[in-house]
Amino acid sequence: MSEVILEMRGITKRFPGVKALDDVRLNVRAGEIHALVGENGAGKSTLMKILSGVYPHGTYEGELYYQGEPVAFSSIRDSEAKGIIIIHQELALVPVLSIAENVFLGNEQARYGVINWPDTYRRTEQLMKTVGLQENPMTPVAGIGVGKQQLVEIVKALSRNVKLLILDEPTSSLQENDSQKLLDLLLELKAQGITSILISHKLNEVRRVADSITILRDGQSITALDASTEDISEDRIVRDMVGRDMTQRFPDRVPNIGTTLLEVKNWNVWHPRRSEQQMVRDVNLSIAAGEVVGIAGLMGAGRTEFAMSLFGQSYGQNISGSARIKGREVDVSTVDKAIRNGIAYVTEDRKALGLILDQSLSFNTTLANLNGVASWSMLDPGQERAVAEDYRRSLNIRTPTVEQIVGNLSGGNQQKVMLARWLYAQPEVLILDEPTRGIDVGAKFEIYNIINELADAGRGVLMISSEMPELLGMCDRIYVMNQGEFIGELGRKEASQEAIMSMIVNS
Amino acid sequence: MEASTQSVKSHLVSHMRDYGMLIALVAIIGLFQYLTNGIMLRPANLTNLFLQNSYIIVMAIGMLLVIVAGHIDLSVGSVVGFIGALAAVMIIQMGLPLVVVVPTCLFVGFVIGAIHGYWVAYWKIPSFIVTLAGMLVYRGLTLALLKGQSIGPFPRDFQRISTGFVPDYLGGASLNLMALGSGLILTAVLLMLAFQARRRAQKYGMEDEPWAFFLVKNGLIALAIVYIAYLLATYRGLPNVLVTMAVLIVVYTFITNKTTVGRRLYAIGGNIQAAKLTGIKAERLTFLAFANMGMLAALAGLIFTARLNTATPSAGFTFELDVIAAVFIGGASMSGGVGKVIGAVVGAIIMGVMNNGMSIMGVGIDWQQVIKGLVLLAAVIFDVYNKNKAR
Ligand SMILES: Nc1ncnc2c1ncn2[C@@H]1O[C@H](COP(=O)(O)OP(=O)(O)OP(=O)(O)O)[C@@H](O)[C@H]1O
Ligand SMILES: [Mg+2]
Repeated sequence: MSEVILEMRGITKRFPGVKALDDVRLNVRAGEIHALVGENGAGKSTLMKILSGVYPHGTYEGELYYQGEPVAFSSIRDSEAKGIIIIHQELALVPVLSIAENVFLGNEQARYGVINWPDTYRRTEQLMKTVGLQENPMTPVAGIGVGKQQLVEIVKALSRNVKLLILDEPTSSLQENDSQKLLDLLLELKAQGITSILISHKLNEVRRVADSITILRDGQSITALDASTEDISEDRIVRDMVGRDMTQRFPDRVPNIGTTLLEVKNWNVWHPRRSEQQMVRDVNLSIAAGEVVGIAGLMGAGRTEFAMSLFGQSYGQNISGSARIKGREVDVSTVDKAIRNGIAYVTEDRKALGLILDQSLSFNTTLANLNGVASWSMLDPGQERAVAEDYRRSLNIRTPTVEQIVGNLSGGNQQKVMLARWLYAQPEVLILDEPTRGIDVGAKFEIYNIINELADAGRGVLMISSEMPELLGMCDRIYVMNQGEFIGELGRKEASQEAIMSMIVNS
Repeated sequence: MEASTQSVKSHLVSHMRDYGMLIALVAIIGLFQYLTNGIMLRPANLTNLFLQNSYIIVMAIGMLLVIVAGHIDLSVGSVVGFIGALAAVMIIQMGLPLVVVVPTCLFVGFVIGAIHGYWVAYWKIPSFIVTLAGMLVYRGLTLALLKGQSIGPFPRDFQRISTGFVPDYLGGASLNLMALGSGLILTAVLLMLAFQARRRAQKYGMEDEPWAFFLVKNGLIALAIVYIAYLLATYRGLPNVLVTMAVLIVVYTFITNKTTVGRRLYAIGGNIQAAKLTGIKAERLTFLAFANMGMLAALAGLIFTARLNTATPSAGFTFELDVIAAVFIGGASMSGGVGKVIGAVVGAIIMGVMNNGMSIMGVGIDWQQVIKGLVLLAAVIFDVYNKNKAR
């Protein structure tokens, strides 16, 4: 077997009030793809931040050996100098800068401080070719999709002579085909001798590319599996992740569908700045009490745009169409009115549009329904805590207290806080935009359970998801959306991945 | 044992800022007490200290709300000057009574703030620009209103807004019992609230402050208030402005900590997009924060003018800098969403104590500026350092 390129030994990391890692061990062989999996808050991101010097030497216990030598990084620069490059869970590109500028940011092709632009563009183009990214290197990063942005991150890593590439949930916001491309690229890089560590909650991806798997649970390393010699099943991985067997991925539910709850007619939305561009065209939709309805579609189909325009015109302009709740026409022209009429929307972009990161869990949980914890506009701190505590327990949010600052939670646990907020708003219709992005298998199941409970209580759920199995597993009915229009509708029985794709292709 | 030292440490780390500021205040007072050979805490000087800084504290409270909402108001110094001029014209030249003048001035301040708020909130013009414009406009209008001259003096009853004292209804002979009594009552109420809050926190298992810390902290605060009340009582008693300030501090602490409006203000400062998506009317709140700032600046203008006993064209010059510095020394975050009323007040007091102490020592205005600047920088560096360490 090939040599060990990285060894992390006895890593323990404490945050005020939390032991995030406890005597963790990680061995990575040169030239392999090593998957790091575990539940939300298990400590994966923290471990990688230690490896890459984000948490400098001295802020944790334990030792690092890289290429056989002990190393102590005191900043990201130190680790980068050794060829260890991390691509964080949240992308770190500067949106207004061009691809080339982003690639060489902090590593400019310069002489005496003067940037050599021809060189910069030439080298960027070369590297872009190796990852199969077809774009003009002068395009601003904001103008390309998330999938391509991921590739830019990889180009950036390659430009720094990466030897060990760390990817923290690179595919969580990617479409199926973009994910596949990214994984293929990883395999290609492996063929060139680049080692990578991949964090992912998508176990099928892990199975596809990983040579070894390390599983973390509650800050401890549970197992290290060798996937190159034996075939390791998803169930096996899940068992070690959550500490018990999980036979089912979607909870059973006998739908009990009542009368129509929400009805949207002839919904039209135009782009907020380019007023000639129509984003949503003549959409008609209905959701009945007790029904879970999905919207399937490719990225850019207009699903989020539709949902946000319905939720208090939070997106777009010249919005037209009517919305009825329980047969009564309602005004949803502001977020406040939409909420009062029983609509809630859980955003797909929790960092930018969802959480107040500097504030606590309880602050974030009650924000959409402050009157629920106040009388005469005066907050009742005891009640607020009780509410937050309730949701922390029922959603199993991993943190010791509801006073914890939300920015300190792991990605998946932040997502749960978003859910808590909107569940507490007690809506008639809950719109979920990518509700399980970055969430582990066990927690997904819990969230599905909550969705089902909501439906059983006679509420309606509208679910937007890029994970088709999730839509197929959860929804009673699925609308298919393409280029701003609803192009079809499938019942639970007829719905399948093929049916949906063929609808999109043939539209 | 391991667990308890752990918790003391984690408590200290997470409350470094609060303790740091209190310790800094005590240290600075102690330092100047020493450097001025005890003049600092003489009853007359202490009284003076409150009179001198009242208007900064009043504005710091308003500025805190604006900064928490994610904005800034550069116009407050000019508004102080403008309102002073307006009051002078109305009282001295037109002979209007106080019952008309004071409400009118406060209302004008409110309108001025509302105009700023309108452009910032509904037109999304950066507050820096809007209030910079306001700063120039009201400075100019002050000059115009006063025709470049100072106007004064004011009648007695107007001066009393700032330099008056609460009459000693309790009729103490050598000691002003009114002042001492208020101090004692205030201490009792604060202690009661502190114990109550602690008990409630413990009930929910949320308390991490060790007993010793709690006792020492509250003991010191109680001692300080009683001592200050005693000092005031040996001089002329309770200054009117101190009462005004205390009321404002209580009211605004309550609004920011305990009401839904306060909560929403922090939310829009923390992440305005996210806040809007929870149904918060961010525009209206921003508008109100500025209008409120205008009104408090007007109040500060009245207090300042009454104290100076003339309205001059240069009144209020660079006050905005002291006010903004006070808020940041008090721990507010430049990017909004973070900060406390009491922090801003302590920040203002730190600035005031330094001004006062250095003046007594005869430090020139030049070096005073240098030192104040460095203290502001140090406070913010301390903040950022703490934030990084907590990660
Ligand atoms: N700065 C911090 N302060 C306090 N606690 C923290 C901080 N950063 C992380 N934690 C805690 O450490 C634990 C591990 O977090 P980490 O982000 O490593 O989880 P993760 O395995 O990456 O989870 P996810 O799959 O949700 O991304 C969590 O309980 C988290 O709340
Ligand atoms: Mg993570």
